[in-house]
Amino acid sequence: MHHPILETAGLTVRFGGHVAVDAVSCAFKAGELTAIVGPNGAGKTTYFNLISGQVAATAGTVTLAGDDITRRSVSQRCRAGLGRAFQLTNLFPRLSVLENVRLVVQAQGTGRVSLLSMAERDTDLTDTAMQVLRRVRLDDLAGQTVAELSHGNQRKLEVAILVALNPRVYMFDEPTAGMSVDEAPVVLDLIAELKRDHTRTVLLVEHKMDVIRTLADRIIVLHNGALVADGEPAAVIASDVVQEAYMGKDLADV
Amino acid sequence: MIDTILSGDRPRSMTLAALLLIILVGLALAPFLFPGVRSLETAARICIFIVLVASYDLLLGYTGIVSFAHTMFFGLGAYGVALTSVHMGRGFDALAVGTVAGALAAAVLAFVIGLLSLRVRAIFFAMITLAVASAVAVLVSQLSQITGGEDGLNYLIPRELTPAFRFGEAFGVKLNGRLLAYYLVFGACLLLFLLLLRVVNSPFGRVLEAIRENDFRAEAIGYRVVAYRTLATCLSAAVAAVAGSIFAIWLRYVGPDTTLSFSIMLDILLMVVIGGMGTMYGAVIGATLFVLAQNYLQTLMGSASDATSALPLIPDLLSPDRWMLWLGVLFVLSVYFFPTGIVGRLRGAR
Ligand SMILES: Nc1ncnc2c1ncn2[C@@H]1O[C@H](COP(=O)(O)OP(=O)(O)OP(=O)(O)O)[C@@H](O)[C@H]1O
Ligand SMILES: [Mg+2]
Repeated sequence: MHHPILETAGLTVRFGGHVAVDAVSCAFKAGELTAIVGPNGAGKTTYFNLISGQVAATAGTVTLAGDDITRRSVSQRCRAGLGRAFQLTNLFPRLSVLENVRLVVQAQGTGRVSLLSMAERDTDLTDTAMQVLRRVRLDDLAGQTVAELSHGNQRKLEVAILVALNPRVYMFDEPTAGMSVDEAPVVLDLIAELKRDHTRTVLLVEHKMDVIRTLADRIIVLHNGALVADGEPAAVIASDVVQEAYMGKDLADV
Repeated sequence: MIDTILSGDRPRSMTLAALLLIILVGLALAPFLFPGVRSLETAARICIFIVLVASYDLLLGYTGIVSFAHTMFFGLGAYGVALTSVHMGRGFDALAVGTVAGALAAAVLAFVIGLLSLRVRAIFFAMITLAVASAVAVLVSQLSQITGGEDGLNYLIPRELTPAFRFGEAFGVKLNGRLLAYYLVFGACLLLFLLLLRVVNSPFGRVLEAIRENDFRAEAIGYRVVAYRTLATCLSAAVAAVAGSIFAIWLRYVGPDTTLSFSIMLDILLMVVIGGMGTMYGAVIGATLFVLAQNYLQTLMGSASDATSALPLIPDLLSPDRWMLWLGVLFVLSVYFFPTGIVGRLRGAR
């Protein structure tokens, strides 16, 4: 509990001349839910990409539970316990909803994948996948092809995949974006549930202030790729730098 | 039982099930239903191409990898059997050693190609396979001391598999070694096909489909995409090589034209697309239709041309020399009307 589960030190990436993430040093404690905020293009998604490995860092390190994982591949980081849901829905479009989640559960297995057994006969896998689907209320649509799902349901499946990964660190990137008012609570309740289980670490990129207020233990603010504020939600929201840099207009909306 | 044999992958269409059953029975009883040398040649060729096309579909349809080296692997298996039969002498041991060696060589070569290129973009793999396949084709025709060059190699197979070995008559058909050879081809191909059907319906096969759908996400949920792609490539190559070995046993001859040529590669592509990518049954339908068309379209057109000889223009169009044109027309029509292939269409367009 005392040493951080995840830590970035001087994490930087440059795209040509543009510094998208600028020497971000930040530690995340196990059991904590941290909201990451910042204006469009601030580098939130890129910060996630650096942590989960989709983008290679120009400088700095990422440490997971004491291991330097900066040079590890995406799949290695995933197996080490970093789970990621994407801002832009990123699914297996022509496979069924159930198959999407089953694949994730299967990936959690022993690492040995059989070539000669029948996937269909692995009922444990199917049961686990169905349980996850129930948690996001997609169990009725298990047999549908993903491409046939509504946008809101695709977003839910995106979250279901992260839940099925059962990671040590959950990274949600605007999980409720584009969801209708009656769909969003399913996802938010689920995140609240993860939070109640105090072993889970959650990183949440979110724009909606009411969501942040109810869920976050801590807020960090990115601006032009740099970390400009970090602390208790009330203090961060009230701080001048945040008011000026970004939140003035958003706060007025609330 | 049936479910286990078919690995739970049911045809899911009455018409498809009926077609598959007709093809199965037709091939199983071919020597008795369609006696004659030519029809037996056609039946054996269908069996072998079903396996060859299915192994290619494992790569193209299931994993989403484009390769132009499939005939090269096919050729490796065929030359494996030919070379061992030439050097070890006629015998089943030569056939076995040649088959195993060919499959191993194919898998190793596929592994090397995969290692060099699968990390990079998919298009790079396609280009490398094209380059390697052309290089191997040139090499085979240059090294004529070993490979027989353009003339290829003739060799003897065990007497038990030749027409000279006779052991009676049944249903008016002479029972001889050629018949045994056909059933060796049929049995081996059936087993290989069912093996591939199992592989694509295994947990491994599901991952391949996931990679085809979205390799980025497959990696993000913890699968080592490069390792899966490489293994799929090796497996596909090894099965193609075994199909080549069977072909070599059947033909008692190998040459660049029959096993390595680029036109066979094109035929395989056409068969996959006509049958339906990403369904093993597509390979059965595609290969059967294509090989039948290849062998009988000319004859059919010849008689149609004669029958219409009184009419203007039509006999010309139907002249047997134009069979390639009609095959092309059939291909365009089938892709236009069945973009998901015949099997995709029969299973209900998605
Ligand atoms: N692969 C890339 N190549 C070049 N520039 C990139 C790349 N990825 C991100 N950027 C740039 O980095 C900056 C940060 O983008 P990022 O997507 O991280 O912002 P964000 O905070 O997630 O914004 P939003 O709230 O809109 O999602 C942007 O200017 C973007 O154009
Ligand atoms: Mg973003």
